[in-house]
Amino acid sequence: MKAAAISLANSNSQNRPMRFMYLLTVFFLVLTGFGQMPIYKRYYLSDIPGFGWLANFWTTRYVHYAGAAMLLAIVAYTIVQHAILNRRQRKISISGYLRGALLLGIVLTGILFVIKNFPVFVFSPEFIIALNLSHLGFVMAFLLVNLYCLVFKKQWTNAR
Amino acid sequence: MGQEISRRTFLRGGIAAAAGVAAGSLPGAAAATGPEDKKQLATLLDISKCIGCGACVEACKETNAHKYPNPQKPFPKMVPARAKVSDWSDKQDITDRLTPYNWLYIQHASVNVNGAETELTIPRRCMHCVNPPCVKLCPWGAAKQLENGISRIDPDICLGGSKCNAVCPWDIPQRQTGVGLYLDILPNFAGNGVMFKCDRCYEQIEAGQLPACIEACPEDVQTIGPRDEIIKKARQLVKETNGYIYGETENGGTNTFYVSPVPFETLNQAIEKGKGKPHLAAVSDRMAEANNLAAAMVIAPLAGIAAAARKIYNFTKKSNKEPV
Repeated sequence: MKAAAISLANSNSQNRPMRFMYLLTVFFLVLTGFGQMPIYKRYYLSDIPGFGWLANFWTTRYVHYAGAAMLLAIVAYTIVQHAILNRRQRKISISGYLRGALLLGIVLTGILFVIKNFPVFVFSPEFIIALNLSHLGFVMAFLLVNLYCLVFKKQWTNAR
Repeated sequence: MGQEISRRTFLRGGIAAAAGVAAGSLPGAAAATGPEDKKQLATLLDISKCIGCGACVEACKETNAHKYPNPQKPFPKMVPARAKVSDWSDKQDITDRLTPYNWLYIQHASVNVNGAETELTIPRRCMHCVNPPCVKLCPWGAAKQLENGISRIDPDICLGGSKCNAVCPWDIPQRQTGVGLYLDILPNFAGNGVMFKCDRCYEQIEAGQLPACIEACPEDVQTIGPRDEIIKKARQLVKETNGYIYGETENGGTNTFYVSPVPFETLNQAIEKGKGKPHLAAVSDRMAEANNLAAAMVIAPLAGIAAAARKIYNFTKKSNKEPV
């Protein structure tokens, strides 16, 4: 049993690349997500060498979609891994549940966005306004909660 | 007579369908998906008929004058100074390009038609794309697409960021500073007015009437009706006149079809292009670029599950080998 726990710890240490991928994906999603608003050119951010692409709405949209696909893969990987491998040793913390719920909100509203952007009339204009505001609202709440967790060293999971 | 029939046909059949569709797009209505070609209204413009009289431009101005901006001056100081004001309020009479006060104008092209030098005139306004980037990519939902295919910008919500103009292949939406919601939020730091463009007289359509430009045209240049029917008419006209079509596939398909006696490459070279003066060049379906990634989004969770399964398998295998 002890050996299995050690083995699991080793296994979790192999999660570092996944954690790095997660942070990188979230970074680009947030960067390109805010880039859907016309702010980077106005506020000179796209003037920074290497960031000129942030002023191109088509590029930021494409990167945002690619990032969303990556996030879905990471989320699916993490859920399955936790449910089967880690659940006995670690339980999801309160901040973990909160962040998970907000992430779920981001993903669900994001999926609706993707559907909306196809050439079909699915949602009423009023629903689309609500979608815009809720996607942004979930992201802002997610970032604030993550900032809190970073400052107060709260983890997604705690040892049982 | 033929055009009279097409008008009557539209008024009897098309407009009834359009009115029904428009009613379905009222607040809260979430319509079912279906073939957009039957729901969306399209217009066909026979360029060879246009005499460039400008009656459509005048009618557009008269009908839509109550929607034109009435900006407050002086304008709020823009911060940073890079954000420039767009003020057309002292140039409301300009009719040789699109402005917040002129949503339709006539383009001129001197071209050779069947060996004769001919001046063609082309009414230009919003194409009302089937999948309009201005609507789909508006970060606030201020630009709306009605179920009948009309795309319009809500002046009460628009902040004037001009993203719709940046993603429009034809430079259609035009900005007026000093008006709209941004004045009530952070006028110096965010927003810059309201974007204006043709809304294809959506109120008239809802009331079962024709858009002003179509009603006023003495030459019956335009025909309006359900998209699938108008496409058929446009193709038939192309066949009969040995002509060319524009707008059917551009930007993934629009609800405005121009039929010309000369190729659109030739017309595009002959017209004056620039800000507020849309081109007639080929346009790829830019919305489809990222939309094609939706397939990756479906596969991505499966890839994630497969990666997790591999890790679990390796871990289990390793655990079984290790002594307990």
